[in-house]
Amino acid sequence: MLALRRSIALRSIARRGLSSSSVKRSDALFVHRDTKYNNPSIPFEFSKENLTKAEEIIAHYPPQYRKAAVIPLLDLGQRQNKGWTSISVMNYVAKLLGMPPMRVYEVATFYTMFNREPIGDNFVQVCTTTPCMLRGSTEILDTVCSHLGDIKPGETTKDGKFTVIEVECQGACSNAPMMVVNDDFYEDLTAASTKKVLDAFAQGQKPKPGPQSGRHTSENSAGLTALTSKPYGPGEFCTPEFQ
Amino acid sequence: MLKAQKSAAALSRHASRSFRRGLATVADPPVRRYGGLKDQDRIFTNAYCRHDHGLKGAQTRGDWHRTKDILLKGDSWIIQTIKDSGLRGRGGAGFPSGLKWSFMNKPGWEKDKRPRYLVVNADEGEPGTCKDREILRGDPHKLVEGCLVAGRAMNATAAYIYMRGEFVQEAAHLQQAINEAYAAGLIGKNACGSGYGFDVYLHRGAGAYICGEETALIESLEGKQGKPRLKPPFPADVGLFGCPTTVANVETVAVAPTICRRGAPWFAGFGRERNQGTKLFCISGHVNNPCVVEEEMSIPLKELIEKHCGGVRGGWDNLLGIIPGGSSVPVLPIDKCGEVLMDYDSLKDAQSGLGTGAVIVMDKSTDIVSAIARFASFYKHESCGQCTPCREGTTWMMNMMNRFVEGRGHRREIDMLLEITKQIEGRTICALGDAAAWPIQGLMRHFRPEVEKRIDAFRAEHGGVMFGGRMQGSTDPTLALPDNLGPNLIEAGDKPQPTA
Repeated sequence: MLALRRSIALRSIARRGLSSSSVKRSDALFVHRDTKYNNPSIPFEFSKENLTKAEEIIAHYPPQYRKAAVIPLLDLGQRQNKGWTSISVMNYVAKLLGMPPMRVYEVATFYTMFNREPIGDNFVQVCTTTPCMLRGSTEILDTVCSHLGDIKPGETTKDGKFTVIEVECQGACSNAPMMVVNDDFYEDLTAASTKKVLDAFAQGQKPKPGPQSGRHTSENSAGLTALTSKPYGPGEFCTPEFQ
Repeated sequence: MLKAQKSAAALSRHASRSFRRGLATVADPPVRRYGGLKDQDRIFTNAYCRHDHGLKGAQTRGDWHRTKDILLKGDSWIIQTIKDSGLRGRGGAGFPSGLKWSFMNKPGWEKDKRPRYLVVNADEGEPGTCKDREILRGDPHKLVEGCLVAGRAMNATAAYIYMRGEFVQEAAHLQQAINEAYAAGLIGKNACGSGYGFDVYLHRGAGAYICGEETALIESLEGKQGKPRLKPPFPADVGLFGCPTTVANVETVAVAPTICRRGAPWFAGFGRERNQGTKLFCISGHVNNPCVVEEEMSIPLKELIEKHCGGVRGGWDNLLGIIPGGSSVPVLPIDKCGEVLMDYDSLKDAQSGLGTGAVIVMDKSTDIVSAIARFASFYKHESCGQCTPCREGTTWMMNMMNRFVEGRGHRREIDMLLEITKQIEGRTICALGDAAAWPIQGLMRHFRPEVEKRIDAFRAEHGGVMFGGRMQGSTDPTLALPDNLGPNLIEAGDKPQPTA
């Protein structure tokens, strides 16, 4: 009797749900659903110069391993296809390399740099991993989102000019906080300089990439502490036989 | 007999005379201070991109100087030089490089007709690490020359440089360097006129941290998902395209030509025994002037920060903790930060690690729990999903850490979390599982009171929390709850309940 009651109690808890939030297994959908803008019947082909580039890339790998070129070719295709990898791009790359399409889909879903949904003209990626977070990337992300008209990370502005996402470490930690716009790193950001960069992009210009604080690269901003003298020349300080 | 006595007396007199000069009979070995590397001993002379990164500029800085003579010395000479220099892998694991390269030249390797590859790991993605980037954009010729020298040492036929896809400018600089080197005949069919044929290719990845793991990198280079392979077979036997392969970090490869030219004793003269050489350190976080700098190994951590970064924000006493080697190593509290040296052994003794030499400094304003929770979500995002302990465990750890940020948890859950980390550690194919577990272990080792304080504060404000973060107040008191949800456990931090 007691056991029965307990099981009823348990079941009733279970029915109410021990996990109250919805299950979300990933930040991106891994399956493809045909839509108007993304379906296999939309034609895609490399342009002439991209085809030459593709052939050059394929030549880097042994002839029986043409598929090693899949990542560079998908990247090429993504660049030609306005910054996103549609199912047609994947199918075309698969045909070009003689791979089963599924193997290409696997690759395209695994790597985060392949966008499988259309993006805006400017792709803004704000790094929020700990080294950037310590230097105030949360503020930068908020600034970007509010400055572009209250959008959330992962969304595109209404005019289609900007897409914002949050990304993991981009490898410019000594220049934190930073964001990537299209292919360029904008580093040492403050809320003010972030807005400036975005405004320039909104007007179709391209601001100078790199640190926005006036420092050159990743040296000490208060003055060089290393590499102050003229670099040594060939043979200097070498052992006698290599002088 | 007498003579012997006499001479003994003379000896003792002589000895006593010399002892008279000092009371200490056993002289301490002179204390050696590390750090303070001079510019003339820095290998990466264009780390700040203040000079021309092209071939002409590189040659004026001593790159490609008599490379032919290095190649003609032969594979065993290069490997012996690297062994003597004490160079250890700069990618994090710290395996002796000369030994690793020698695995490629097993007895009878000449009979193996397969091609042989050197793969350079430029997939720099460890949070905090930005050292290879400076090599790739400032000194790309050092890397290309390094590929040739290291490739000669392991009798490789080609080198693939796997660079992370986000580095577009760096890829352009490196591709320019490769093209220039081909045009000048420095690499290619007859590299530097030595009769040795060697190709260098650049391959760009597409944004996956896991591809920094050597076998995942090989998989990715073959055009597959970056999922690590089980070892053995080790890459030196079956690696890229089924051929013998060695994967090495950018910095390891790029320093090789300079070591060969300046001699192993020069390189071995820096740093402590078994930790020799110079190293690029990248300092980020709460310092006044974050930077990347090449310094001597074994430089005290405190000196590195005070000398090159203008000190911790708000002074050394404002320091909370330092992660000395990138996101995968445990955090060190302030008392340890003051005494550790930046080398493999000293940091290992302090229960942390040198990793990639990426120093992340956190001052007292830091929310350390959320800083480590952010690492947990990083690893959750980057787990490739191949091994269950890592795929499921990183998600669990992230969820628990996110709850601990606000304190929504149970004190006993700290130990549960630690148990999860122990269950992941060492039970996965690659080291990502370990890397995900260690920051949390480090946090609980040194900052457990902080986490407990938050849990207590949250309980005091919102009432009891059950395991899994569910509030006790949200349960129906008329229904029985299983005890393993922890509703009735008394917490150590609770105030004693007034007896009814």
